[in-house]
Amino acid sequence: MSGLVAQTGSLTPAMLAGFGRYLQFVEAYMGDLVKLTIEHIQITAYTIVIAVPLGVAVGTVITHYDRAAEPILWVASIMQTVPSVALFGMLIPFLGIGTPPVVLALVLYSQLPVIRNTYIGITEVDEAAVEASEGLGMTTQERLRRVQLPMALPVIMAGVRNAVVILIGIAAIGAFIGAGGLGDFLFQGIRKRNVEMIVVTTILLSALSLAFDYVFGVSEQLLRVRNGEEIEPAGLTRLLQKVVT
Amino acid sequence: MIEFDNVTKEYPDGTVAIDDVSFTVERGTTTVLVGPSGCGKTTTMKLVNRLEDPTSGCVRFDGTNVEELDKIDLRRDIGYVIQEIGLFDHMTVRDNIATVPELKGWETERIDDRVDELLELMDLPPATYRDQYPTELSGGQRQRIGVARALAADPEVMLMDEPFGALDPITREDLQNEFLEIQSELDVTILFVTHSIDEALKMGDKIAIYDVGKVVQYDTPAQILRSPDTKFVEDFIGADRALKQLQVRQVGDLMQGSKPDGASRRPDGRVDLQSTNGTGVEPLSAAASMQVALSRMIQHDVDVMPVGDAGSVEGWISRDAIQRETRVETEVRS
Repeated sequence: MSGLVAQTGSLTPAMLAGFGRYLQFVEAYMGDLVKLTIEHIQITAYTIVIAVPLGVAVGTVITHYDRAAEPILWVASIMQTVPSVALFGMLIPFLGIGTPPVVLALVLYSQLPVIRNTYIGITEVDEAAVEASEGLGMTTQERLRRVQLPMALPVIMAGVRNAVVILIGIAAIGAFIGAGGLGDFLFQGIRKRNVEMIVVTTILLSALSLAFDYVFGVSEQLLRVRNGEEIEPAGLTRLLQKVVT
Repeated sequence: MIEFDNVTKEYPDGTVAIDDVSFTVERGTTTVLVGPSGCGKTTTMKLVNRLEDPTSGCVRFDGTNVEELDKIDLRRDIGYVIQEIGLFDHMTVRDNIATVPELKGWETERIDDRVDELLELMDLPPATYRDQYPTELSGGQRQRIGVARALAADPEVMLMDEPFGALDPITREDLQNEFLEIQSELDVTILFVTHSIDEALKMGDKIAIYDVGKVVQYDTPAQILRSPDTKFVEDFIGADRALKQLQVRQVGDLMQGSKPDGASRRPDGRVDLQSTNGTGVEPLSAAASMQVALSRMIQHDVDVMPVGDAGSVEGWISRDAIQRETRVETEVRS
């Protein structure tokens, strides 16, 4: 017992010294880290703003043209298998370097989860509700807007959440062609063999992913609760529910 | 109000769902389509609001061929209730009921008033239920909302596809009774689909009995029970059809004026009969079924019962009269 204490005791100064280096790095580069994180979030946000309406539109359209559904989902899943660096490279001749080709590539990457979940969400809406809406005299658009999309929203939100987590990872590689974001420090760190730079940036990227995942997860749960599903809500969901009621 | 004129519906795969069906649903009445599963009764109903269109023949709504009417407008003018209810779980009770008025572009105030009025009618206090979500309600309450939603825009016609089929027997009976009451207050023509002959006899002014794709008899409940047209109808309505007649005939139809010997009205409104030893019997309501009348006769061991209310006796009904009236034809025509 005392030996164990002595052993950990003897390790502590070294560990503190190591930890201290990371803290020093964070202190020295605070401004850059904040700037890059904001850039990263911006790239992700641009992508979501384009990708979600596009994916939801495509996913909705293919519920009406069943024969188109399979090929479109197939193309979208092929997109995901193309290595990101290759895709960036292919887009440079058309869009140059910087943010535009990266955002376009990210939009393409995020289509599969969004289209797929929109399609599944709409096709799995309670059939009785669809029959009732038809029998009560809703047009196809009214049925989509009033019944099918709102009921499919939690499933669509799960797809968006899925897409965002993929996006944050791939956006880091966008720094390779000058889009900025946290990827910048990752590539710099590798070039300069700066371990602190790599580790701190990686932690930030993971934290960003987790944060986005959590926020979208909570909004998905809130939508499920609104749709009358019975779920075990997360802490924040419960808190927001209380705030609302 | 609704005429089916030699209507045939054949699906692309060659299945004939209904084959040359003709009958007329009178304004303000309830017509029940009854028959075994897959006999085409639901398809017949869906022809009215054009969820299906006939292969040949035509369906007329107020004299107009429905195929000449705009599908969407037609459906908004017809109430629609299905067994699975199909409430919109993401909307409050208020928004569910408001569906058709909103589609029709009513003003918010008018919609709110109408929603509250319907909730009152359905015996669901608006203050409690207006803002609830459908998943918070019981099956019976959900179907009440389903019916309220169908009634919201004051339709002239209601289509009801096994509306009470998924409910437990007690709730079903409550809802049937409530609906009969509501219906007597509204001037609405109802087409009602069920597979239960008992429900058909209870709810229907007229009943159309379906065998596979065909209407085999279209008549009043009493007439169907008295003289079924075919062996199929006789089997379908059951061996106890003489007794079932007691349920569909009302005391008021059979009441006679002649006062039996020794009967006298007491100050408390009850009536003394020779055999009741001074305790008296309460008069039957003219709207009571003959089944209730006979049951009360057995209970009090009398052969005649007064009809009326606590204030007055309007007439008399006798065991003999019931027996005579419920005599059924033993020979089926075909």
